[in-house]
Amino acid sequence: MYTEKVLDHFQNPRNMGEIENYNGMGMVGNAKCGDIMQMFIRVNDEGIIEDVGFKTFGCGAAVATSSMATEMIKGKSVDEALKLSNEAVVEALEGLPPVKIHCSVLAEEAVKAAVDDYHKRMDEKKAEENNA
Amino acid sequence: MKRVYLDNAATTKLIPEVMNEMIPYMTEVYGNPSSPHYFGQQSAMGLDKARRRVADAINADPSEIIFMSGGSEADNTAIRGIAERYAKKGRHIITTAVEHHAVLHTCQMLEKQGFEVTYLPVDEYGMVTVDQVREAMRDDTVLVTVMFANNEVGTIMPIPEIGALCHERKVFFHTDAVQAIGHLPIDVKAMNIDMLSMSAHKFHGPKGVGALYLRKGIVLPPLIYGGAQERNRRAGTENVPGIVGMGKAIELACTDLDKKMASMSALRDKLITELPKRIPEIKLNGHPTKRLPNNVNFSIKYIEGESILLMLDLNGIAASSGSACTSGSLDPSHVLLAMGLTHEVAHGSVRMTLCDETTEEDVDYVLEVLPKVAERLRKMSPLYHE
Repeated sequence: MYTEKVLDHFQNPRNMGEIENYNGMGMVGNAKCGDIMQMFIRVNDEGIIEDVGFKTFGCGAAVATSSMATEMIKGKSVDEALKLSNEAVVEALEGLPPVKIHCSVLAEEAVKAAVDDYHKRMDEKKAEENNA
Repeated sequence: MKRVYLDNAATTKLIPEVMNEMIPYMTEVYGNPSSPHYFGQQSAMGLDKARRRVADAINADPSEIIFMSGGSEADNTAIRGIAERYAKKGRHIITTAVEHHAVLHTCQMLEKQGFEVTYLPVDEYGMVTVDQVREAMRDDTVLVTVMFANNEVGTIMPIPEIGALCHERKVFFHTDAVQAIGHLPIDVKAMNIDMLSMSAHKFHGPKGVGALYLRKGIVLPPLIYGGAQERNRRAGTENVPGIVGMGKAIELACTDLDKKMASMSALRDKLITELPKRIPEIKLNGHPTKRLPNNVNFSIKYIEGESILLMLDLNGIAASSGSACTSGSLDPSHVLLAMGLTHEVAHGSVRMTLCDETTEEDVDYVLEVLPKVAERLRKMSPLYHE
């Protein structure tokens, strides 16, 4: 049912857990549907994602896509991270069963939500600085 | 790696004694049981013996046993048959919200054909009462179909009471006993059961074979039309090796049943009492005492069922879950939702079903592994805060 790569990421999730001093956090999905993904990013002054972490409530595919997504955006710029597609995550995992494709969509959405949150925080910070 | 199989409600291991009885019917005894010659009659004798064994197991007459492909076919034959044959008597059917899909989807199909179906709600344990059935009965009620015991949470329904009520009101009574046969004593006469579905692979018999008990005097149209097999009640050349295996399996399953029920219940209860001591915030699903001797079902809060299964499997333990991810739909088990569980809690269910080969060592292994699995997945869960 799952590829070895999926099982590997499920068993040994990369970047699992909340990270310190994150400046972007996104949470998508809902418990009713059985999947919730939370993504934490720490972006440096150059706009590069220095560190990333995730927490996931969901099935094996949900855990594996979260884990893979964190690997794929770590060290990348926030703009590059926004370009991460669910297809790319599926490909990196060497495929997912058709019923699990929505998990990869959730992973893409989680990354976007974290980056959006980062931008929002930056805008708020700028506004505060301008007001000061 | 140590392997522990705790998914016996899904299917069971074919035991060697059963297989040994089947082998001659796949080799030298190959005649068609409908043929009058020696070869055919050898096969027919195999069928007769199996029919007697199945009938004896539930206190029926051999002529009341119709062999077919399994539990789903038996459910379909009974429910659709009554609807088709006795529609003049009434077009109202009473069932429960927690039936197997073989019953539920059949009832839904009949609704499209103009039948009215009452799906009785269940309490928090997955139980219906005989009073609920009585209150739902109408003048045009033709059939009551209530499962003997629930496949997911193991709750045992008040079958003798419902049987007595149906008998008194002259309403046909069918029960899907797929999970109960070989685990609970069943007497179709004493329990006033008119029709009962069973499946061989749930009690260490082969897959692809089952039977419907149909009380004498009730005439149902066949689901499959064709030859005169099974007294015109189910066409198609009989699955002789399968039926022979079913006969042996049911005989073995019902031998020393009390003893097996006691030892399985003891292991079940060890899991039921010990797991909550080792895993905080878990909830037993199903009735605490009126449950199948082999069924354990817990919801582990904050984590999801398929992940639990995968991680158990990586540790050699085979179980099942009512989460959406294992049901192939977006909704978790209809049984758990009918019992009032929230989606979140239903997604985190894990079912472990034992058999009489399950050992105390197996149970201890689960008690060692499952708490670690729960802890690990909770660390990963955004819903869990220590």
